[in-house]
Amino acid sequence: MKPKVAFFDFAGCEGDQLQVANLEEELLTLLGQVEVVSFREVMKEHSDNYDIAFIEGSCTRLQDEDRLKQIRKNAKIVVAIGSCATIGGINSLRNYKELDEVRRTVYGENAKLFDTYAARPIDAVITVDAYVHGCPIDRDEFLQVVKSLLLGKRPDIPTYPVCVECKKNENVCAFERGQYCVGTVTRAGCNSCCVNQGTICWGCRGLVDNPNENSHKEVLIKFGLTVDDAIGKFKLYFGWQEGKR
Amino acid sequence: MKNDNVDIDVHHVTRVEGHGNIYVNVKKGIVERCEWNVPEAPRFFEAMVVGRQWSELHHITSRICGICSIGHTLASLKATESAMGISISEQDLKLRKLALHGENLQSHVLHLGFLVLPDLLGVGSVIPLASSNPEEVKTVFRLHRTANEMSNLICGRTTHPQRLIPGGFSKIPSIKELKDLRKKMQDAIPDLQAVAKLFKSLASKLPDFTRETEFIALTSPDEYALYDGQLASTDTGKTPVNEYLSFTNEYIVPTSTAKWAKHVRDSYMVGALARLNINYDKLSPLAKQVAEMFGLKPVCHNPFMNNIAQLVEVVHSVEDSIRLINELENAGLQPQPDYNKPDIKVKAGRGVGAVEVPRGILFHDYTYNAKGICTKANCVIPTNQNHANIELDMKALVPKLLDKTQKEIELSLEMLVRAYDPCISCSTHYVKVNFV
Repeated sequence: MKPKVAFFDFAGCEGDQLQVANLEEELLTLLGQVEVVSFREVMKEHSDNYDIAFIEGSCTRLQDEDRLKQIRKNAKIVVAIGSCATIGGINSLRNYKELDEVRRTVYGENAKLFDTYAARPIDAVITVDAYVHGCPIDRDEFLQVVKSLLLGKRPDIPTYPVCVECKKNENVCAFERGQYCVGTVTRAGCNSCCVNQGTICWGCRGLVDNPNENSHKEVLIKFGLTVDDAIGKFKLYFGWQEGKR
Repeated sequence: MKNDNVDIDVHHVTRVEGHGNIYVNVKKGIVERCEWNVPEAPRFFEAMVVGRQWSELHHITSRICGICSIGHTLASLKATESAMGISISEQDLKLRKLALHGENLQSHVLHLGFLVLPDLLGVGSVIPLASSNPEEVKTVFRLHRTANEMSNLICGRTTHPQRLIPGGFSKIPSIKELKDLRKKMQDAIPDLQAVAKLFKSLASKLPDFTRETEFIALTSPDEYALYDGQLASTDTGKTPVNEYLSFTNEYIVPTSTAKWAKHVRDSYMVGALARLNINYDKLSPLAKQVAEMFGLKPVCHNPFMNNIAQLVEVVHSVEDSIRLINELENAGLQPQPDYNKPDIKVKAGRGVGAVEVPRGILFHDYTYNAKGICTKANCVIPTNQNHANIELDMKALVPKLLDKTQKEIELSLEMLVRAYDPCISCSTHYVKVNFV
């Protein structure tokens, strides 16, 4: 019998589920291996009987925790997909602010109508078995993770920084170009896709397991950068990981 | 049979981007409740960008929406560039227009092929169509892949673009890559003709329903306005973009985490149908032919025809992309350095950027201090501008459906919501019908 899979989304842009749709013909191949029983974005049918749950988005409200716990109960394997779900992502930028002020900024005097708490990754609420990092996720990496899970293997996720991939790609270092980059401490696996396109690593895959902070400090000193430069960029995606909640 | 009592509760409408609910309650033939709710978790972008640098705003606000991330990036860049008096080259302008066409194609094909087609063929999703209608599904996938490849080529990624930066591009495609893209666009035309024929054969499934409303879109004397133009309304004519707040008038309703909007009536509509109604004359020749196939001409007040307007726009985007690439080739593509970073003089100011994205007109409005730090931001999202119109359409449609079964009523209401192609993550997130 084919494993039953379901997709769920919380606070996020649904860009990761879009990457699943973007698999195009490969999606049809995948559908030969699994049975999709719930995917609100593309299908009307829904079932609570599933083996693997893919979850996109951050948890940003107490009321959403019950839904997450129910998914955990129903699923044998829970996979967090995309930065918002794996590390809190860009949503955690607001964790650096007073949440009442944040609500007032957007909703004015009606702020009280809109519940919220510090944005957090899925594993801050329930146990997560596997991660597909990135903002958005990489389609090939998603397929790799799914294949591993179907074979009962642990997905192979890099434990070294983006810098390693970037050097292999022979990019000119962003620091040498006078820009600030967090590729030194960000988990690899994206093939340094943003630097390849002429920009910087923004950190969307989250901090690598054992970031080499000393070497990062050396880079700051070498290029005359300040701690403020570093903190500014760290806040973009590392808010939850850095413990600002 | 007349339906005296109807109880509809579509909690989280499916096949739309985000979470939205429909509630309908009819007692003894009288509609007691008919509501469109948006319970999506709010994300507070306008607060998150305050305190951030000008060079990051487009990266952050792109994350408002995965489907229209290119449009959000462009609206964001235009707001920042307007605030700091930054101009871009004619070549970059054409490339940005290509980026927008790429997104329009990607989004419209996804909507028509994956989200709308299942309703017209009487199934719950595109998945069973893969075996029942394999040729049609393959055609849709082929078009969608072409659109994704286009976005990838121009923007460096299909979703959350990288190459689009303040002042221009960090990297641009080569002329050879652009010529290859042109070939793909030309090859897409027969596929589009097949899709148009398919929809034509199913067009009778789209309800014949009209409710007069106001349409708002960008307009330009030079082209079918997408990247730039003046604000235009079918009720009040043209207005400069900087005065957008007098059009959008956002307000908060307790049942939705998304804001709602109104102009001179109780609601207005934005999106492909609004653009077509306002800028029909500027459509490309083949696009006009497709509009004529469906008898679609301005001013059309049937919201279900927004689907067909999207189909017309897909054809327009393909033809206009070929024209833009021809112009880039004829002018001679100017090379630029690797890791290009335009020299920008940071200054204080406020700027408004308006762009037509797949679901309608999008505004980003930023204020920066002298250090280029954002001190205030406002984003007005197309779907928010449509919420009130969706609910008023529902209120007008339900009484006309009471001779149908509850299931049929529910399907018509879901189809209505889907016709707007709502993007609820954008508006915060949204759709679902609740007959309570």
